Amino acid sequence: MNQGSAPLLEVRGLTTHYVSARGTRVTRAVQDVSFTLRDGETLGIVGESGSGKSTLALSLLRLLPPGARIVGGGVRFEGEDLLAKSEGEMRRIRGKRIAMILQDPMASLNPLFTVGDQVAEPLRVHEGKSRRGAWERARDLLGAVRISAPNMRVRNYPHELSGGMRQRIVGAIAISCGPRVLIADEPTTSLDVTIQAQYLSLLRELQRAQHLAMIFITHNLGIVARMCDAVAVMYAGRIVEAGPVRQIFSAPRHPYTRALIESIPRLGESNGRLTAIEGQPPDPASLPGGCAFHPRCPVRLEKCVTEPPHDSVVGAGHRTACWLSG
Amino acid sequence: MTPLLEARSVVKHFPVRRGLFGGPQKAVRAVDDVSFVIEPGTTVGLVGESGCGKTTTAKMVLLLEKPTAGEILFEGESLAALDAEGLRRYRHSVQAVFQDPYASLNPRMRVGSIIAEPLVTNERLSRAEVAARLRKVLDLVSLPARAAELFPHEFSGGQRQRIAIARALTLSPRLIVLDEPVSALDVSIRAQILNLLKDLQRELGLAYLFIAHDLAAVAHMSHVIAVMYLGRVVECGVAKTVATQPRHPYTKALFAAALPSHPDDSRDDIVLAGDVPSPLDPPSGCRFHTRCPQVMPRCSTDEPKLGTVDGREVACHLFDPATMVSGAGR
Repeated sequence: MNQGSAPLLEVRGLTTHYVSARGTRVTRAVQDVSFTLRDGETLGIVGESGSGKSTLALSLLRLLPPGARIVGGGVRFEGEDLLAKSEGEMRRIRGKRIAMILQDPMASLNPLFTVGDQVAEPLRVHEGKSRRGAWERARDLLGAVRISAPNMRVRNYPHELSGGMRQRIVGAIAISCGPRVLIADEPTTSLDVTIQAQYLSLLRELQRAQHLAMIFITHNLGIVARMCDAVAVMYAGRIVEAGPVRQIFSAPRHPYTRALIESIPRLGESNGRLTAIEGQPPDPASLPGGCAFHPRCPVRLEKCVTEPPHDSVVGAGHRTACWLSG
Repeated sequence: MTPLLEARSVVKHFPVRRGLFGGPQKAVRAVDDVSFVIEPGTTVGLVGESGCGKTTTAKMVLLLEKPTAGEILFEGESLAALDAEGLRRYRHSVQAVFQDPYASLNPRMRVGSIIAEPLVTNERLSRAEVAARLRKVLDLVSLPARAAELFPHEFSGGQRQRIAIARALTLSPRLIVLDEPVSALDVSIRAQILNLLKDLQRELGLAYLFIAHDLAAVAHMSHVIAVMYLGRVVECGVAKTVATQPRHPYTKALFAAALPSHPDDSRDDIVLAGDVPSPLDPPSGCRFHTRCPQVMPRCSTDEPKLGTVDGREVACHLFDPATMVSGAGR
């Protein structure tokens, strides 16, 4: 996008594998993923279940479950190598410099503590604020995420709040220490349509006010269309196409991206048939050879079955991994 | 022509147990005075957010809940008046497909037994007849014949949903209730299932009651859309009309909140404030007045009735002749 400024976050060839307990089964969850994120930019990472998008998010923060290992590549944040940091140093980055919002707010919040305690916690841990000072700030933050009567709500427990309010609390925790990057993993999947619209416009406001860069992990192309500047489409652990959002929606180059966009019903269009993608997403533990999309690809070539395609540049900031473009 | 199914002023209240100190008896007013008509071979879409009563409505159609008041008619006959034989025939004619194909299929049964079970329990057929019918429905949903020998865990989500659809088809129903049939599926699979449902409708003349929160999917599938809010229908009409030119402020907000299909899609940004109020204690007057961007004084006291506006039914005071004079309607 806006070339010139050094990227805030730079991911190069990141590869994360899950290895089974006996070491016999290797699942290539994230394979050779590269992207950059600039100040204030919003990047969407789209993919279906099993495409590796959540593992990618967890790899960035090094929050992988046991059995998962980053086996290659690099993650540079503000010029520093995150993969070389000690666990203690990572702890000072998570929640302070890079924050995360997960799908289910009820699982992210502790049911035994008040909302105020939970919003105040990162402030006390990362900024060494006093209990009182942190609570003061927590009240302001609840106001910032548009929770009415913050003075009363700080004393509530999560179960006393609606789903939309809980997710806003999670948002307040995420921005409490003024992070540079916010990673949101399916943040609105559990919310109703009008509440989702509220939450997305809140994130937009927060992003503008705090000059945040955001990574949106989602299966929903609609969210990407509404929120993102750039998008990376993942399939079977790889980014198959990436570029500016308008260009990808108007002129997708990878057959998978094209099919995804065409398979979604549009409001106000005639009731014709949808373009379906035949077959189903592959099992990440046993990926097909060559291009992983080849068994479902409507335009596959002979080469696609045997040789994995490499990235080719097809426009300004637009690349795709497909033999048709390579 | 008699409609296939008709709901007439259907009400469902769930009484809530009184607390330790008694207090007035309360009820969750899940569905309050809902009417709609399903014509043979067509799809009626019910949309609305959680708690609006769409699933309760579906349950009443499936005889899983009894209406507190009002009646549901099938081919002109009230369900409440059906005798045992009539109910048996009704259950033949109305089937359901649910959201989660991981929960709706018994993991210990082979797919063949799952699909044939309605036949075995409802009809006296020879084994050969059952097998023939099984082959036919598997073919209808494009599953291979050998699928019958396998267990549900051997299938992906999309294929499981095909199995659930096949099971719904075995008794040759007239109406299928589809409660969020694609929301648990991967994006690339949804179109397959929606296309399959459309094909089946055309081939078999099926009617659908389609419930989903994905507005674009509902608009794509339905002939008629009914928009519900807190137990009431606020707008109801031909799908395309309602989806592209909504009139009720809630419908407008709902469709404005639907995600765009292209970054250049410009939509009016109507962001509703607040949450959906509790159906235990719905607001007085128009139930939407607490969140309505166009609220008027009378909305908090008078409950609006459904009336015809631009070729569809809308329940909103903005379209009362008295208010229309001042031009506030548009």
